[in-house]
Amino acid sequence: MSVDLFISLLAATILAGTPLLYATLGEMLTERSGVLNLGVEGMMILGAFFAFFVELKTGNHWLAVLAAGLGAACTGMLHGIVCLVFQGNQTVSGLALTIFGVGLSDYLGTPFVGTLTEGFQPFAFPLLGQLPFFGPVFFQHNALVYLSYLLPPLLWLFLKRTATGLALCATGEYPDAVSAAGVSPIRMRWIGIFGGAFIVGVGGAYLSLCATHMWTHNLTAGKGWIAVALVIFAFWRPGRAVLGAWLFGGIMALQLRLQALGTNIPSSLMMMLPYGLTIFALLWASARGKGRGAPAALGENIAPGA
Amino acid sequence: MTGFRVVGRDAPLPLGWKSIAILLTTLAFAFFVCSMLLLVQNKSPWTAFMLLLEGGFGGPYPLEDTLLKTIPLFLCSIGVSIAFRMKIWNIGAEGQFALGGVGATAAVLLLPPGSPVWLMLPAMMLGAALAGGLWGFLPGMLKLRFGLNEIISTLMLNYIGIELMRYLVYGPWKDPSGMGFPMTAMFPPAATFPCLFGRTHAGILLCIVVALTLVLFLGRTRLGFELRAAGENPRNARYARIRYGFLLVFVLTLSGALAGLAGCVEVSATFNRLQPNLCTGYGYTAIVVAWLSRLRISSIAFFSFFLAGLKVGVENLQMELQVPAAFGGILEGFILLCVLAGQFFHHYRLVRISAQQEEETA
Repeated sequence: MSVDLFISLLAATILAGTPLLYATLGEMLTERSGVLNLGVEGMMILGAFFAFFVELKTGNHWLAVLAAGLGAACTGMLHGIVCLVFQGNQTVSGLALTIFGVGLSDYLGTPFVGTLTEGFQPFAFPLLGQLPFFGPVFFQHNALVYLSYLLPPLLWLFLKRTATGLALCATGEYPDAVSAAGVSPIRMRWIGIFGGAFIVGVGGAYLSLCATHMWTHNLTAGKGWIAVALVIFAFWRPGRAVLGAWLFGGIMALQLRLQALGTNIPSSLMMMLPYGLTIFALLWASARGKGRGAPAALGENIAPGA
Repeated sequence: MTGFRVVGRDAPLPLGWKSIAILLTTLAFAFFVCSMLLLVQNKSPWTAFMLLLEGGFGGPYPLEDTLLKTIPLFLCSIGVSIAFRMKIWNIGAEGQFALGGVGATAAVLLLPPGSPVWLMLPAMMLGAALAGGLWGFLPGMLKLRFGLNEIISTLMLNYIGIELMRYLVYGPWKDPSGMGFPMTAMFPPAATFPCLFGRTHAGILLCIVVALTLVLFLGRTRLGFELRAAGENPRNARYARIRYGFLLVFVLTLSGALAGLAGCVEVSATFNRLQPNLCTGYGYTAIVVAWLSRLRISSIAFFSFFLAGLKVGVENLQMELQVPAAFGGILEGFILLCVLAGQFFHHYRLVRISAQQEEETA
């Protein structure tokens, strides 16, 4: 394989991995607070739609990203209302959120199918973009990719070095202790849901503003679910989320490249690839330790009056 | 200041007028909010709501449509709920349904075209149950051997199963005389479920047989008893030496086989062939049905009918008001969210507290 082809494949890996990275980190933040939100797929595709819509109406990219984040966060709040206030089953509520979100984005987006938007354009990052090899692989993309480089260290700092972050992680492990320490675990979970959903929404914005530059049906195609699996694969650690997201980005980039080259492999079989590999990624993670790194109170509601 | 205090109930609310009132209130709320969404498209919510109900339940023809959709939905829902009963989250009914269609079609293609009905239909059902069951067996084994989260594995198998089905109809199984359309050749008449009355086909008998068998199985057999016990309290079940691992795989396989049967009904009675638009979300709607019915078989029948009616009603909305079909997804998702929230009152009640009492407790 020539060097140029290799570099372009790696660059495509980063591009394809970025939405997964956002979604994985978002879900990770939520799960760290002890809330399992299986609505990632739904929130992500709604984020993609809100970003597309605001971009279309205002032309302001960053306003579009903000709209995606807030839109997804508001959708995530539904999960919060059901699980934090009304003690609903988190698994079922998340599924309902996905059914709802996919339906709503499709409903609102139907008149716009095929409509193009400008979205973010790639630009070479000053100085770093000129580097040999690293430049074209990492620093000749769009602003949302650059932003995604900052997110894992920021999330790590938040979770490990701030009082709120530590309380949030403790809520995921042992809510009673947090409550005994005078901090409201419910409030921590609201922060986890809202913040996580916001980041997931930005991942959705990436899809419509940076990847397709238009609105189509089924924009996420299971990426939200792959993100849920990647959280497990990453053992709930932001650094490993990067590894997982880019690994899957690589697979998707390779799949697109092979399809473009026109191989004999039928496209449906190629389409199965990321989903099949998700199962293998989980197998690998489980071989390294079942449920390793999982917050102890993940998926358990906090009873009222407790 | 007066206010309310949340008090836990001693036992969950039994099925009665109170729980029905809660359900009706939550449903009304869900319908209200979703109808408001129609204002986005400048459609009158009230007209739309009436069209929805008329389309699904208003008259013999719509009711028959609804009944036809109830059959696959009921089979999927029963499969999903038997897994949910053991707190195993089988989200894979959609893929198992697709595999059922594949299995049934494989049987049709393998048997000589002139085979009699008594051979063809059982072979199709067997093929569908085996293929769908396999799609449940796999995540079951993965969970048993490697502790793999079944929510994700079943969901991934949905995507894989649907792609597999598409691969077959676009490739090896494509009808050579089908002018390039991605579908198999039309099935022979013997591979079609016979009609009993009007357009209602023998699939309804299949539903009744499956439901009765399950009731007997759960109530009268050792395995069924173990299954119920394991669902109520997995930890105690282990102490009671119930074969949890075996049950896990068994239940997922059974669940997949039932969704597979639904796929068989759909290819045989509805399409008469395998085609790529086979999967229309019955597998996901089944999750809504299972949860609404709180996993009771009689309630599953009722709610399958109800949600099938909504599916038909949404089709009517689409035709009459050009409301996108995705409105059905919004409705189902939001109904499930509201019902989940409403079930709070099965476990808790609100007690009014006066200012005086509050001072006393303070």
